[in-house]
Amino acid sequence: MVDELTQSQLLRWIPLLPLLAAAVHGVLLVVVRRTLPRGLVILLSCGAVIASFLLSFVALIELVGVEGERILVDNVYTWIGAGRFSADVAYLLDPLSAAMSLTVTGVGSLIHVYSIGYMDEDHREDKGFQRFFCYLNLFMFAMLTLVLGDNLLLMFLGWEGVGLCSYLLIGFWYADRFNAYCGAKAFIVNRIGDFGFLVGIFLLFWSLADAGQAAVAFRDIEAGLAAIVERTVVLPDWLGFLPGAPEWRLTTLIGICLFVGAMGKSAQIPLYVWLPDAMAGPTPVSALIHAATMVTAGVYMVCRMSFLYAEAPGASALVAWTGAITAVFAATIAIAQTDIKKVLAYSTVSQLGYMFLAAGVGAYSAAIFHLVTHAFFKALLFLGSGAVILAMHHEQNTDKMGGLRSYIPRTHAVFGIGVIAIAGLPYIASGFFSKDEILLSAYLAHHVPGYMALWGIGVVTAGITAFYMFRVHFRTFFGECRAPEEVRSHIHEPKNVVLVPLYVLAFLAIFGGYLGPSEAFVPVPDANSLGNFLLPALSQEAHHVAHSTEYALAGLTTGIILLGILFAYLLYVRRPELPGRIAASLGGLSRAVANKYYVDEIYDAVIVRPLVLISDRVFFRGIDATLIDEVGANGSARAVRMLASNVLKYLQSGLAQGYLFLMIAGALAIIGYLTR
Amino acid sequence: MVPIEQAIALSGILFTIGTVGAISRRNLIVVLMSIELMLNAVNLALVAFSRLWGNLDGQIFVLMVIVVAAAEVAVGLGIVISLFRNRESMNVEDVSLLKW
Amino acid sequence: MSLLFFYVFAALAIAGALGMVLNTRNTVAAALSLVVTMVALGGTYVLLGAYLIGALQIMVYAGAILVLFLFVVMLLNLRREEFSPQRQPATKIAAAVIGLLFLLQFLRLIDGAFGAPAAIPEEFGGYRQVGTALFTDYVLAFEATSLLLLAAMVGAVILAKRRID
Repeated sequence: MVDELTQSQLLRWIPLLPLLAAAVHGVLLVVVRRTLPRGLVILLSCGAVIASFLLSFVALIELVGVEGERILVDNVYTWIGAGRFSADVAYLLDPLSAAMSLTVTGVGSLIHVYSIGYMDEDHREDKGFQRFFCYLNLFMFAMLTLVLGDNLLLMFLGWEGVGLCSYLLIGFWYADRFNAYCGAKAFIVNRIGDFGFLVGIFLLFWSLADAGQAAVAFRDIEAGLAAIVERTVVLPDWLGFLPGAPEWRLTTLIGICLFVGAMGKSAQIPLYVWLPDAMAGPTPVSALIHAATMVTAGVYMVCRMSFLYAEAPGASALVAWTGAITAVFAATIAIAQTDIKKVLAYSTVSQLGYMFLAAGVGAYSAAIFHLVTHAFFKALLFLGSGAVILAMHHEQNTDKMGGLRSYIPRTHAVFGIGVIAIAGLPYIASGFFSKDEILLSAYLAHHVPGYMALWGIGVVTAGITAFYMFRVHFRTFFGECRAPEEVRSHIHEPKNVVLVPLYVLAFLAIFGGYLGPSEAFVPVPDANSLGNFLLPALSQEAHHVAHSTEYALAGLTTGIILLGILFAYLLYVRRPELPGRIAASLGGLSRAVANKYYVDEIYDAVIVRPLVLISDRVFFRGIDATLIDEVGANGSARAVRMLASNVLKYLQSGLAQGYLFLMIAGALAIIGYLTR
Repeated sequence: MVPIEQAIALSGILFTIGTVGAISRRNLIVVLMSIELMLNAVNLALVAFSRLWGNLDGQIFVLMVIVVAAAEVAVGLGIVISLFRNRESMNVEDVSLLKW
Repeated sequence: MSLLFFYVFAALAIAGALGMVLNTRNTVAAALSLVVTMVALGGTYVLLGAYLIGALQIMVYAGAILVLFLFVVMLLNLRREEFSPQRQPATKIAAAVIGLLFLLQFLRLIDGAFGAPAAIPEEFGGYRQVGTALFTDYVLAFEATSLLLLAAMVGAVILAKRRID
């Protein structure tokens, strides 16, 4: 099926260049044990990623020029060939992966440049600088493989790779054990999701093979899907309480399993707990991995498999509702956080919820659009917060900040742009166009149960988002400076190498929305260039709605947002004593929210501790050490020894008569048996 | 007319007595003699069968057995003599060096 | 008539064998007891029609092999035996039991297994027939035994030689 598609040898270099850079660093650090001078590291790593970005751009141009179906493929080699099953290392560029790869490499390049300035402060170990860029490059390779891979296996390879790099980068300053713990937590929770993902892949492949359409490549799966669309699965009796029981569509089951992987990777309920703790890593890591790229892999996966989800209404509904509930849940936690990065982390979880809400109601292009704009403004916000943290000498708690706009005005300006963008104020924020697209799609999604509730949750969450983002902004930059004197005297703007990426991202945060605005807001034909570009690659229908409806909805949303901003202004600028009193009067509730609803503690008590206990007492001490080692290994040795020294020894007395006796007895036994 | 079956039975009885002697006696020479008895029992069986089938092969075989027995006794007693010279004992339990 | 002779010879053979095995004090007596067995067996062979073999049995076994035994016994001066400690009765009982089992098994197996003896020509088992067979059909075996005897002779001489120091 690949034959009639256009080949392009270019595609493989997009993930390959960062891999080569990482390999060079790796060999130098581990085998040769020498570090390169700073300039060379920068040249190699940033150069590789920027080159990838340029290549992605060239590939996009090439893609647009393709006649017929807009797809480019690059078949590198046959990875697995086993009988009738084969999986290739092959890359696929279609509008969806082109958009993703540009976003990933573009934002990635900016963050690489930013890191030159941010990680320069890293005097803790002189190998840190090169090691950081090595891991960053490795991550880029994995992410690009995930995005550009043409089959599920290659995508899963990238999926696991980004998980690994996330672990490496979160625990980058591993001398502090807490950081290592956070990295491990991220990896383990991800793995739980990956289990579901794998089950989904197996189910899909198995059922396709059973129908004679075995394939792992996306195009082949899409083509062969018709064979299994009508199949159902009968649930066992004990699962009878689930909706739609006792028979489920097979596609729904597969969609749910795959979504479990997305829950882990993209931090949705219940597997979101790793993301706030992942803030232990350096800020560029938070920006790149936990805002712009890795966490969006789940969204990408759902959109890539849109042809499956279009045939799995149950799974899509689950996706949408999970996204919505996660969005509002995380937003409520964010309003009580004091660490600036934690607020952004929960904000990411919430915005990812929006993306899944969109994907769940079938508006895949809207999800991708929000993914792109979110990459811009969330990276901006994280990098901006990084600048603030640097200025405050690694202080992250907003309780100790305040009034910084007079000290670091440029940082204040770019951060403010990011806040406006995420709140979604009309026309000046890219978040406005993308968020509104999502809410509109939810409003129109008659086929999803409870779609009006979904829309309502989305609107309310927008308000909460505006509230907590402006809260953070006001607490950091406005009011009295609560920092101690010796810190205050050293507050200064970051270096240019840090500021320039921030400027670029600020520009994108404002104007990036114009990539895909609805024609209602920007009355230009083909205004929604991104949406129209993506549509052929996704199983989605364009919706047609009166412009008046759009205006009404947008107006309502904007009203709620402004309310949120007003509240934040009142509580944190005008009457800063009010939040304390409100929290005191709400007592237990406010404590619960501030402690993130004790979810981590619940998981620990219900899942982690029992598991560790069972593993230690039962499996390790009981089975492994006692049963297998003592009884099994040592025990069998002892038994043999006792047998030999107490019984068998006497058989070898050295006396020929004894041997003769045994011979006669043996012959007697055999003859007796044979002639019985 | 000799009943063949009883001749064979006699052979079996003699063989048994020879086995019991070979296993339970401690005098090396008596053990060797018991082995000779066993060989003789076999010879008797062979002769009886030769008579039963009317075939001379059995008797030729008996001849071979006698020759071999003679050779074996010669060499065996030679070993016994060397042993006695070295150990001054005819006790079979003193020659049990093969237990390792 | 021959049946009577057979039973006499059988009884003698068994008595001689038992005398050899059960005699714990006197090795020479044991050897002589075995001679009785050999002679009785020679008689049994004759009754079974193996005349040459019977004669050879008495000549070789009783007359040479057992004499050799007696020579060795007397040479090593083993008239009286003093063995201490006594062997455990367990061994003897075990041997007796196994012997008994073996015998019972044997007798059970041969019960009714044979038919009537074949008819034999006149000089069956006589020297002419056996000699002819020996030197025509089985001449190879015959030559081999001569080699065997040579080897045995050499071996015995070397083994029994006194060391020349």
